[in-house]
This record gives sequence, structure tokens and C-alpha cells, in this order.
Amino acid sequence: MTIRALAIGLTAALATLAGPRAVRAAANDVVIGAVEDLSGVYSDVGGPGSVEAIKMAIADFGGTVLGRRIVTVVADHQNKPDIGASKFREWADQNGLNVLLGGSNTGVAIAMAKVAAAKKVPYIVIGAGGASLTNEDCTAYSVHYVYDTTALANGTATTIIKGGGKTWFYLTADYAFGTQLQTAAAKVVEASGGRNLGAVRVPLSASDFSSFLLQAQGSGAQVLGLANAGEDFTNSLKAANEFGITKTMKPAGLLVFITNIHSLGLATAQGLYLTEAWYWDLNDESRAFAKRFYEKMKKQPTMGQAGFYSATLTYLKAVKAVGTTDADPVMAQLKRARIDDMFARGGYIRADGVMIHDMYVMQVKSPQESKYPWDYYKVIKVMPGEQAFGPITGLCPLAPK
Amino acid sequence: MLGLVNGAFYAMLSLGLAVIFGLMRVVNFAHGAFYALGAFAALLGLQQLAIGYWAALVLAPLAVGVLGVAVERLLLRHLYRLDPLYGLLLTFGLALVIEGSLHQRFGSSGESYPVPAALQGVLDLGFMILPLYRAWVIVASVVVCFSTWFVIERTRLGATLRAATENAPLLQAFGVNVPLLVAATYGGGVALAALAGVLSAPVILVTPAMGSSLVVVVFAVVVIGGMGSILGSIVSGLALGVIEGFTKVIYPEASNIVVFVIMALVLIVRPAGLFGRD
Repeated sequence: MTIRALAIGLTAALATLAGPRAVRAAANDVVIGAVEDLSGVYSDVGGPGSVEAIKMAIADFGGTVLGRRIVTVVADHQNKPDIGASKFREWADQNGLNVLLGGSNTGVAIAMAKVAAAKKVPYIVIGAGGASLTNEDCTAYSVHYVYDTTALANGTATTIIKGGGKTWFYLTADYAFGTQLQTAAAKVVEASGGRNLGAVRVPLSASDFSSFLLQAQGSGAQVLGLANAGEDFTNSLKAANEFGITKTMKPAGLLVFITNIHSLGLATAQGLYLTEAWYWDLNDESRAFAKRFYEKMKKQPTMGQAGFYSATLTYLKAVKAVGTTDADPVMAQLKRARIDDMFARGGYIRADGVMIHDMYVMQVKSPQESKYPWDYYKVIKVMPGEQAFGPITGLCPLAPK
Repeated sequence: MLGLVNGAFYAMLSLGLAVIFGLMRVVNFAHGAFYALGAFAALLGLQQLAIGYWAALVLAPLAVGVLGVAVERLLLRHLYRLDPLYGLLLTFGLALVIEGSLHQRFGSSGESYPVPAALQGVLDLGFMILPLYRAWVIVASVVVCFSTWFVIERTRLGATLRAATENAPLLQAFGVNVPLLVAATYGGGVALAALAGVLSAPVILVTPAMGSSLVVVVFAVVVIGGMGSILGSIVSGLALGVIEGFTKVIYPEASNIVVFVIMALVLIVRPAGLFGRD
């Protein structure tokens, strides 16, 4: 009895360990890999929706390139850098991987960029914010596609300062991403004539933000900079609302996804300034994509998911243009081509790997202004790509200043 | 002061754990999952059946409590004769299953539960501002905690419960239905967790992971208070909430580890916990 039970248990355990089944690609296939957070905190902003977006792009491209079948392999990195990196390495060695997409977490993305350089496989980072990916940690094979901490901070901070919010206090998630975001915002604030009054570093996934918020209020600053993301962001804004802090301070979201606004509700989120790389309700093309996406996922796509669609198309177009999947000519073509699709107009990939495209500074609508489901943002300003992503810093050896 | 709100949640959750451990010798790792389940039950009730906050405060714990009884009858019951480790493994697995199912159904970004109309607004205490809802949480949980303590330590029912853990066969010989009593204890313990879940729903975002991030701290609270000591878990829950609140002001980076530092110190000085019996 016990032995039988044990055997069943072990089999079940092994079955779960094997995880999502990797498609065994034929030697001739073009293999697109996605390493995403499929089950954790970022799975709603990326996750299964991103995989769906890749599939939509492949279908729209016709399913083949250079007469070869396009297949996808998918894995869950569980927000652990070692898992992401080893999956990438395994695919590069055994599955004939041609390009990798994803990341969703700066730590994982940095680990995978190192593999990209070692294995010479193009890696398009989507979802991870850290600007270091195209600076200190840049490689000849990485591209940073949707947003980075520089662009996010630039958009929101310059707009708010122009509106009179001169003094800032930050609620910062106490890890690499949070501090990079705060530093980026603080730089912009200082450069535009504002003042940084201080910051409180909040441990990741804190359950209660009230004490931190009271410190922010005590600082007397006009703007509450939220240098955090996901659940930390939603919980801190919710508490700020509850304590009436949003009446005296202007909240500024430094990384916000539309799904965050959806879960907070407009009553809580209204008036918030934030920066997005893309919004489903921008124009007819974005709405058409969103409609198709919604039919499959029952949610509107986030900027990250739209980025997955665009990045897949961009890669396939580059392969078609150079007539090979060899990494070096494809990378050269990627950095040469202009990106025009439903995600970006006149976008291009700079020498350091940043995909330069317009960013949108948004304000969240009030419940009265919102006319239909997911009608959440007013476009305050379209920020040209060069301005949003800033000049080349010179920290990446590929792109001297 | 603000720490008291967090402390109130710690106290209610650790109370349920202490009751279950004290009376059943089961380390209930699924406690956080039942807490999340309580919050989601309230959320679903509001969205699908238009059940308001006040009704949810009673109905959600009741529903989760019934589920708890079912779990005890169907699963836990078979493990009493084995090493306590098996109970721990079972409840840990259960926690993963519940959390996974919630994730599957609701996604990871969570949803927000509105503060009931009667409790909106803030109290201006002069030296600080306290949202009315948080004041209510403190009051409600202190009442719940001390009435639970009273029932178990000072009433006949409580005496019977405690007798069941001391010598179950003897009590059964007196004509008391011990298995029913044990099932009710587990149901009651997880209902407490669910009640804490409903109370916290308007304060934080309702997400599948809300339980697992809290349950580790709550276990530390139970250890500090003394495993199975009911009064210990209430007092240390509230006290640790306050200490954590102070840390957030003095040295914010350390606020998520201060509880564990205290746990380590208590284990060195008094291994049975502050209120534990050796």
C-alpha cells in the first residue's frame, strides 16, 4: 500500500517537475523561445498573455519564414535567475533556439543576457525594467524592447514637475529594480529644478504600508513617487488613499500596468500620473490588436504583451530580410531596420540595444470620465523616444558616447 | 499605533493556529490559504451574489469553517496516529492546492474590495490620522480574540475541549463525541483565519498570495507566544505588530525581519515561548 502510494506520488511529482512540454523542434525549424513568469507575481502583466501574443504574431506572419516552420518553446522562470539562464542554455544547446524573448524580472534578465552573449543567440528583453541591461550589463546580442527605468522615470517625473510638483518623496521597493527606478527619477527631478526630500526603502511585499506613508506625509513633499511595482504598488496606493494622503500629495506611479489599474479600480487610482509604452485604446490599429487579444485572454493586453507581439514580428522581418537565422547578420539587420507596427511608429534599435520609441504619459480617468470597460487613461503627453530613453550613456562598450 | 492594526491580524491568525495546535497537535500550514480563501469568499459573495460586508463577515468564515470540517473528516483524521510531520506535510500540500486554484481562477494581480460605506472616512486623533476602518479592525479583533480565549479557558465547553486533548479515550467513555469535537475545533480554527481574511480584504488587495506572505510571520508569532498557548498568541501578536510598526519608523529596511530576530532571541532564552509551558 505504502509503496504503491509512494510510487504514485513520485510519478506525480516527476510529471510536475517536467513542466510545460518543450516542443522538440526539427533541425529546419525557426525556434522562438519565451522565458516568462507564468505562475508568479508578474504572470498577469506578462505570462500566458505574452505567449499568446507571440503565437498571434507568428500566425499573422504566416507561420513560416524562409520556407521554414516557426515553432515556440515556453518555460516558466519562477522569478529565479538560475532557472531562466539554464532553460535558455538548454534550448540553445539542444533545441536549436534562434531567438529568446521575455524576462519580466531584472535579475532573471541580467542572467539570461549573459547566456545570450555566451551562446550568441539574440535575446529581446521585455518586461524587465533595469536600464543596466543596456548599460553595464549590455551584450552584442541583447535588445531592450518595451521600457526601461530611464524612460519610465523621465515621462512621469518631467510631466509632474511641469505641473508644479517640485518636491518629491519616494516609496522605494528595497531591491535592484526599486533603487534603479528611484535613482532615475531623482536625477530627472533634480535636472528639472525640483528637489528630492527623501525616500523610505520598503521591504519587498510588505503587507502594510501605513507607517511608510505617514513618513512620506511628514516630509511635506508635494509628490509621492512610487518606485515599486505590482502588488507593492497597488497596496501602497490603496493605503495612501485610505489615509487621505492622496489629497495632500500627488501620487506618481513609476511603473504601472493597466492590469494594476484594473485591480485597484478607478475610484482609488483616479488622477494618478504614469508612463506607458503602449495603450490598447491609442488608435485603430492598437484597438484591433486588443480586440483579437481580448477574445483569447478575456483581458486587455498590457504594454508588455503588445511588445511581445511586436518583437516577434520585428525579429521575423529581420530574418526574412537577411535570408538567414544566423545571429550576427540578424542582429545587424535588427539595428538597421525601422520598426513600424501597431506597437511603435518609427521605432529603431540603438547600438546599445535600446529600442527607441515614443512613450506615453497618462493620467488615470475618474469613474465619471470612463465611458466603457477598460477606458482608463487620458494621454497627457506623447514623449518622443530620444527624449524618453535619453542619450547614450557610454557605459555600454558597444555604444561609445 | 498603526502597528496595532497589523498586530490585530497577527493575533487573529496566530490564535487560530494556536487553537488547532494546542488542541489537536496539528501544525496547520494551510492557515494562510484559509485566510486568503476567506477574503476571496467575501469578494465572490459581493461580486456574484451582492452579499455585503457585514453579512460576509459571518458567512465567509462559516463557509470556510465547513470546508475546514470536511478537510478534517476526510483527510487529517487519518493522520492522528502518525508522526505530526505528516499533518504538516498534508496541510502544506493543501495550502499549495488552494493557492494554486485561486491563482488559476483569479490571476495573480488580485482585486480590490471596497471599504464598507459605514466605515469610510478618517478619525483625526490630533497626533495622527486613523482611518475609521482600521480602528474597527483593532476593536473587532480584540473582541474576537478575547472571547475565543474566554470560551476555551473559562467555560465548560472549553474544559471539555481541553480534556479531549489530554485524554481522549477517557472522555469518550464519558459519552462525549470526541471526533466531532476535534472536527469542530479545526473548523473553528480555520474560520478564525477566514474572518481575519474578510477583515483584511478592504485594507489590502485580495490576491492568492496574501496568505503565504503572512503565514510565515504568523508562525513566528506562535513560536514566540509559545506553541499552543492561546493567550500567548494574542498578546505576542499585538505586541509584535507594534514592535514592527516602530521598526518601520526607525529603520524601515529591517521591518520584515525584526519578528524573526525576536523569535530567535526568544528561542534562545525561553525555548517554550513566552507563555509556553515546558
